[in-house]
Amino acid sequence: MLTYILSRLLQSVLVILGVLLLVFFIVNLTGDPVRIMLPPEANQEDVERLRVQMGLDRPLPEQFVRFLGGAMHGDFGESLRYRGQPALRQVTQRFPATLQLAGATLFWSLPAALLLGTIAAVRRNSALDNLAIVSALLGQSLPSFWLGLMLILTFAVQLGLLPSSGYGEPRHVILPAFTLGAFFMARNTRLIRSGMIEVLEQDYIRTARAKGVRERLVVVRHAIKNMAIPVVTIIGLDIGQLLGGAVVTETVFAWPGIGRLAIDSILNRDFPVLEADVFFIALAFVGINLLIDVGYTWLDPRVRVR
Amino acid sequence: MGLQSDSADPARRRRTLLSSLRQRRAAAAGLFVLACVLSFAVAADWVAPHDPNQQVLERRLRPPAWQTGGSRQHLLGTDHLGRDILSRAIYGSRISLTVGILAVIISGLLGVSAGLVAGYYRGTWDACIMRAVDIQLAFPFILLALAVIGVLGPGVRNVILVLGVAGWMVYARVVRGQVLSVREREFVEAARAIGASDLRILRYHVLPNTLAPVIIVATFAVATCIITEASLTFFGLGVEATIPTWGSMLSDGRAYMGTAWWLTTFPGLAMMLTVLSLNLIGDWLREFLDPRMRNV
Repeated sequence: MLTYILSRLLQSVLVILGVLLLVFFIVNLTGDPVRIMLPPEANQEDVERLRVQMGLDRPLPEQFVRFLGGAMHGDFGESLRYRGQPALRQVTQRFPATLQLAGATLFWSLPAALLLGTIAAVRRNSALDNLAIVSALLGQSLPSFWLGLMLILTFAVQLGLLPSSGYGEPRHVILPAFTLGAFFMARNTRLIRSGMIEVLEQDYIRTARAKGVRERLVVVRHAIKNMAIPVVTIIGLDIGQLLGGAVVTETVFAWPGIGRLAIDSILNRDFPVLEADVFFIALAFVGINLLIDVGYTWLDPRVRVR
Repeated sequence: MGLQSDSADPARRRRTLLSSLRQRRAAAAGLFVLACVLSFAVAADWVAPHDPNQQVLERRLRPPAWQTGGSRQHLLGTDHLGRDILSRAIYGSRISLTVGILAVIISGLLGVSAGLVAGYYRGTWDACIMRAVDIQLAFPFILLALAVIGVLGPGVRNVILVLGVAGWMVYARVVRGQVLSVREREFVEAARAIGASDLRILRYHVLPNTLAPVIIVATFAVATCIITEASLTFFGLGVEATIPTWGSMLSDGRAYMGTAWWLTTFPGLAMMLTVLSLNLIGDWLREFLDPRMRNV
């Protein structure tokens, strides 16, 4: 048990190191970062000065070791856009907004998917099942930035009911959370429906029915309990993707989270902030997956034995 | 394929594929829509009523034909520079499909190779490849694409390359899983016993048995790539602004949402229909090719 957790922990550290290597590679090897950071009209002298100033005249392996050493202490250097501000602080300042959006998204999409998926599985081929399948298909086929634009068009521009952007009040989160949640609800409805159908075909369900347990109780007591593990997996997947994948939605709604910060830092060539942002997202993703894996051992005795 | 007789008869297989299509009307509709989009893309020069880049400033922001102020000349209206929306949407399908299909071919080749090696040789290779998969999974796909394009610069070629290289891990995972079970089967053992080389075994005995899930994954991946390309272009980090694409139409139309809804509605609708048809086809293929996934 302890060795399992330790080996998973080691794996997670390796993954984080790999992500850092990847982002370092993207920023440093695919072009001259100094050239990209400076405006095109900068002369050769400016270029050389910044290169020496940032330590970019050193050999690459040495640079990477220094970068890694800094990253271990959460030090990614200063933001190039907001001079004097540590890059990581920019990210941590924006994180509560992303967390709020992720929370609001999960808050509606997960219960909706659970309900829709379970009903669809229990009443297979009914009108409700068809409705669940169709809405899941639509939700998965709507590009999130287009859905966001259409929601703004309808609810902000035409009806004037909700703000198209902004942050702070509860009503600001409604449209972004719906946009972001549409995909998750769609995917989760399908996963839960198929998982539930599989569970309902198991022998112990037949046994429960055979001994005369009411259908409602069969579903609630016997079937739903066995969906706990797949649902935990789903939640883990969701949170991991919500923390990093809200890039598009955050930008469409001008939501001040770390996803939009990533895009801004790419557009502004603020690479220290980009590196810190990616590091933070990867850390969150890996950390949550680690928690989920350890959580299995608690939820499922079969994993514990292994 | 040698020892596998049941799937060796292509005619029989085609028949069952077609007959299953007759039962699945949704998939048939998906195929029909996709065929339409494909032929529009190929025949854009003949089908499109106008030059997609022709600017007629006195006819800017005309609404669709059925609204007051619209004309039959521009069925879906015109944009802020007087360009015909319908023509631009038709030409836009070219970029979306090209990027989607080419990117999927690249990532499929990379991912299948990686999955074959990981599953067949196991050990160190497997560990390295699967860790690389983990690393990429921790790095959000769209963020990776944005970051690379931000450094490399926009352009169709760069978008295809980035989406192609960044999308390999799904294939690697699926193929590895298949290979792990296939390599223990008797026909692989038999091939090894008669002295077939690893390459021959992989090529003729293992690979054909992993292709069904790859086709399924690839169908959905084309849809994902189309959406990702449009998102990248929407953010100004995708295809060049001079080429008409669904993503650039959406980003152009964003500023006119209050006054001209048709600028953002139609390109998005075109994209949604394309993605929906791909998803429907993917579902049908999954149901047909992989009976274990029938309920998903």
